Amino acid sequence: MGQLSSHLASRLGQALLASFGVLTIVFFIMRLSGDPTLLLVPEGATVEQINQLRHQLGFDRPLGLQFLSYLGDLARFDLGQSLVQRAPVLGIVAERIPYTVALAAGALVVALGIGIPAGIAMALWRGSLLERALSGFVLAGQSLPTFWSGILLILLFGVTLGWLPTSGADSLSALVMPSIALGAVTMSSFARMTRIAVLDELQSSYVTAARARGQSRLQAVRRHVLRNAAIPVVTIAALEVGNLLAGAVIVESVFAWPGIGQLAIQSIQSRDFLVVQAVVLFVSLVYVLTNLAADLAYAAIDPRIRAAR
Amino acid sequence: MKHNRGITLVLILLAAFILAALAAPALAPFDPLRQSLLLRLKPPGSLVGTRQFLLGTDDLGRDLLSRVLYGARISLLVATTAVAVSLVVGITLGLIAGWFRGWTATLIMRLVDTMLSIPAILLAILTVAVLGPGFLNLVIVLGLTRWPRYTRVAYGQTLQIANLPYIRAAEMAGASTTRILWRHILPNIAGPMMVVATSEFGLMILFEAGLSFLGLGIQPPNPSWGAIMAAGRQYVERAWWLTVFPGACLFTLVVCVNLTGDWLRDKVDPRSR
Repeated sequence: MGQLSSHLASRLGQALLASFGVLTIVFFIMRLSGDPTLLLVPEGATVEQINQLRHQLGFDRPLGLQFLSYLGDLARFDLGQSLVQRAPVLGIVAERIPYTVALAAGALVVALGIGIPAGIAMALWRGSLLERALSGFVLAGQSLPTFWSGILLILLFGVTLGWLPTSGADSLSALVMPSIALGAVTMSSFARMTRIAVLDELQSSYVTAARARGQSRLQAVRRHVLRNAAIPVVTIAALEVGNLLAGAVIVESVFAWPGIGQLAIQSIQSRDFLVVQAVVLFVSLVYVLTNLAADLAYAAIDPRIRAAR
Repeated sequence: MKHNRGITLVLILLAAFILAALAAPALAPFDPLRQSLLLRLKPPGSLVGTRQFLLGTDDLGRDLLSRVLYGARISLLVATTAVAVSLVVGITLGLIAGWFRGWTATLIMRLVDTMLSIPAILLAILTVAVLGPGFLNLVIVLGLTRWPRYTRVAYGQTLQIANLPYIRAAEMAGASTTRILWRHILPNIAGPMMVVATSEFGLMILFEAGLSFLGLGIQPPNPSWGAIMAAGRQYVERAWWLTVFPGACLFTLVVCVNLTGDWLRDKVDPRSR
């Protein structure tokens, strides 16, 4: 038990450090251009307006002081006011989050639903034609740019067949194509990981023992192998959630899906940088959290990991 | 061994892409920037007078084949430069961390962990948004955000090698740190670094196209595959060729690069198979 809690504490510490690092990096990126005020003023503002805004936002203070007040604001969940929309940034982003979560969930369903069976099949029928076909499929999924596969889906199911809406979020059916486009890459990593995990387990002595007791290969797989092979797969499932949120930025732009990714791109175009900053912070922190969750889940499921550290 | 025929085909395809990019000015039938309102959105194979547009024309009447050829140039040029920049930064930091260890290594590797905990595409989007789009900024952004993976591998490899007898011998013979890192360690970690660089190369091609698709990369009228497809997305109901052809090139190129990377990895580290 002591081991588990010290593992927990050290991982928690790492996650906190990573979060702090993320906040710091974002702070400095926002200042890369020299003067962040220039990012926030509307086009054609006068010098006095710029100076006034710089003072108002505190960008004329020393950098260290700016950083402290930035951290202080974040600690109070104050992400600032959008100068374009004249509303708190937090509300603007929060409004869009459910859409992105729905999209990521849809993609996860696609990825798990196809990736895991594909991975199992590739491991069980190693060297067969099926395996080769599936590994081609996996390679394709991993190299497909989402903005291209998205458009191909639109061409096929939206334009040619007319089965699904080509953009927007008016109905549940509008979620289908973006989920497939976003889920394809994740599907590939699930398939690869599952394949390796099942192959590893198939070589273990308990499978030989089960076979010696007269179980068929499929029975042994169902009863023993899948349970053990699930461990690494659960871990990447948590990791992939962060990747899905990040990948959503592009997919949402293809399908005009009103999530935080589309919001980020729209905000860049309308020079609403505090909103962009908020989206990056949000996704990165979720990413850190899912990494933490993955690690803890791994330790909780597999006692060997705890003992090893 | 049956692997060999496949990889030959992949390498030939890859060479074809590189040749097409280098020889784009000679191969392109038309000026990729010349617009003509009379020739808007002509389907592939259209014959107008004596001019034939094999892949059709775009929304401004420009020849798509010429634009796709020049697009290969942009794609490979951005990816090559970005990989070169991040490779140099990444290896240097990795060698330093692996050689000096202690707080230097802690500092560098903490920065690596943090950079890797921000999703790469978002890091790139934020930085491009702040710096502004364009070729130079794109290379700077990708170069500055993509080094941590090289550093992580270079660090691990250097740690492994640094204590080997021949390094100790060189040290005792009075070789300078720079000389040891450059002449003795670097050549021995080159294999794994090549593997990382290849997989990053594929990613950089995708990043350039993705950022240009979002309007944050190469700016119009320059023919980036991503930018062509962004325009094509608006005409998806009338002009499928605008998205299908550049996308197919992008996809094929990335698959070739990834397969080459897998092949290299197997060569460098036979255990990984």
